[in-house]
Amino acid sequence: MIDVRELSVAYGAVQALRSVSFEARTGEITAVLGANGAGKTTLLRTISGLVPSQAGTVTMDGRALGGMKPEDIVRLGVGHVPEGRGVIAEFTVEENLRLGAMIAKGSLSDALAEQYERFPVLGERRKQHAATLSGGERQMLAMARAMIAAPSVLLLDEPSLGLAPMVTAQLMHVIHDLCALKDLTVILVEQNAKSALRIADRAVVLYLGTVVANDTAAAVGADEKLRQYYLGLVE
Amino acid sequence: MMDTFLTSRNVADVLGGLTNGVIYSLVALSLVLVWRSTRILNFAQGAMAMIATYIGFAVLAPTTNYWVSMGIAILAGMVLGGLTERVLVRGLYGKPEINPIVAMVGFLLVLESVAAAIWSTSSRGLPTPFSIVDYQLAHKPVALSPFALYEIVTALVVMVFIALLFQYTKVGLQLRAAALAPEVSRLLGVRVGRMLTLGWILSTAVGSITAVLVASNYFTGLTPTSMDGVFAFGFIAAAIGGLDSPVGALVSGVALGIILQFVGDYLNSNAIILVALGMLVVSLMARPNGVFTRSAQRRV
Repeated sequence: MIDVRELSVAYGAVQALRSVSFEARTGEITAVLGANGAGKTTLLRTISGLVPSQAGTVTMDGRALGGMKPEDIVRLGVGHVPEGRGVIAEFTVEENLRLGAMIAKGSLSDALAEQYERFPVLGERRKQHAATLSGGERQMLAMARAMIAAPSVLLLDEPSLGLAPMVTAQLMHVIHDLCALKDLTVILVEQNAKSALRIADRAVVLYLGTVVANDTAAAVGADEKLRQYYLGLVE
Repeated sequence: MMDTFLTSRNVADVLGGLTNGVIYSLVALSLVLVWRSTRILNFAQGAMAMIATYIGFAVLAPTTNYWVSMGIAILAGMVLGGLTERVLVRGLYGKPEINPIVAMVGFLLVLESVAAAIWSTSSRGLPTPFSIVDYQLAHKPVALSPFALYEIVTALVVMVFIALLFQYTKVGLQLRAAALAPEVSRLLGVRVGRMLTLGWILSTAVGSITAVLVASNYFTGLTPTSMDGVFAFGFIAAAIGGLDSPVGALVSGVALGIILQFVGDYLNSNAIILVALGMLVVSLMARPNGVFTRSAQRRV
């Protein structure tokens, strides 16, 4: 479980997050929605230690993450798939996965086999450079690379960005299954509110760094005002 | 027939050029190791290696043999490289490009002055572990001595070691990842700061081996400036090959060595530096990112 309490973050004079509070529960997908510049990416970067907070706390199962380095936070079990996927294009598929498995306990070959079983396309392309993969395949690789370290929390930043609707649907399906199977705490940042709400249990809506809604995904998805003003879901 | 060929003038130039060229390759490799991970051109590379060689040989020469001294020089170089990264270089990351250039050139001058103050500027001959007399074939010399062979073999061993380390080990994977994508690497648990330090340590280890080879060459000896010339050619090789490309460093170092040997033999030894600089200018105009670098990979 991730508990965010009154979190504020500023980049110089720009206030990116203003007293943001919500909790992401174990075994659930918490969607974080909102337009460009709402502070969604900043939120994930603060949780994983890339950006320092100004005020407020982030705790994981009761343990405060504030002030810790990203390389230590990931060792506690927080996997972060960054915006743009962060696949290392010059590395082969398998090198990307080996890098992800570096902090994992247990055997590398078992860990690789598990990911290749879940994402067969990665197994077929294990010797190829990641630069040769399609957008959807890269997203799969980024997810597999995070999952291979066996995290308990998964932070996903705009996984659907640039993907065709069908690929997005597939991806959301994978995220949903993984969350249930591994009892993960998933925080899913998306501009694509429709896709995210379909699999999310809860949803937080950010607007200019402030939480404007924090409810079940169903309730957020049914709120006409939210749909129209903040999520761009106008029929 | 074969012995006439092997003792011919052109083969002599190739062998002589190869012997010089592997040294340029090692210097270039040392520069590439640092550039790839920290985007800093280490102008003090040669001077750092020179200091390490002094520590290995001048300080301890009376008590130890060549190989122990070499080991000490390598260790001294590694310590110096690690300290330099932590103390001097760490504050330069992300600063305007001129800052590291000025800092590293300044560091070069400081190191050379310190060495001159402690050990004087007069040349010291290092013990040469192998004969510098050329092998003979049918009573004619082949332009290759046991010492030259030792230089070539050592350079090859170093290159293969570095290649294997980067390609097949967990540390190598992290070194490459930290250089290519530092932020993503941190998110995957790579301790990027340590990897940068390690990159410098490896670079100065390679540099120290090179300096020991250069200084144990009878004709050069060890002086505070004995690495300057070699550094200049190694730097040109790295710039031609592409500062991001270890393979480029190796190939262009050897190619430069051989070409310059022919120039010195057929033209004039004074033309060597002119031709080297000419090659640098032409290659930078044609392929500014280096012959062996795919331009898209370069982030600058």
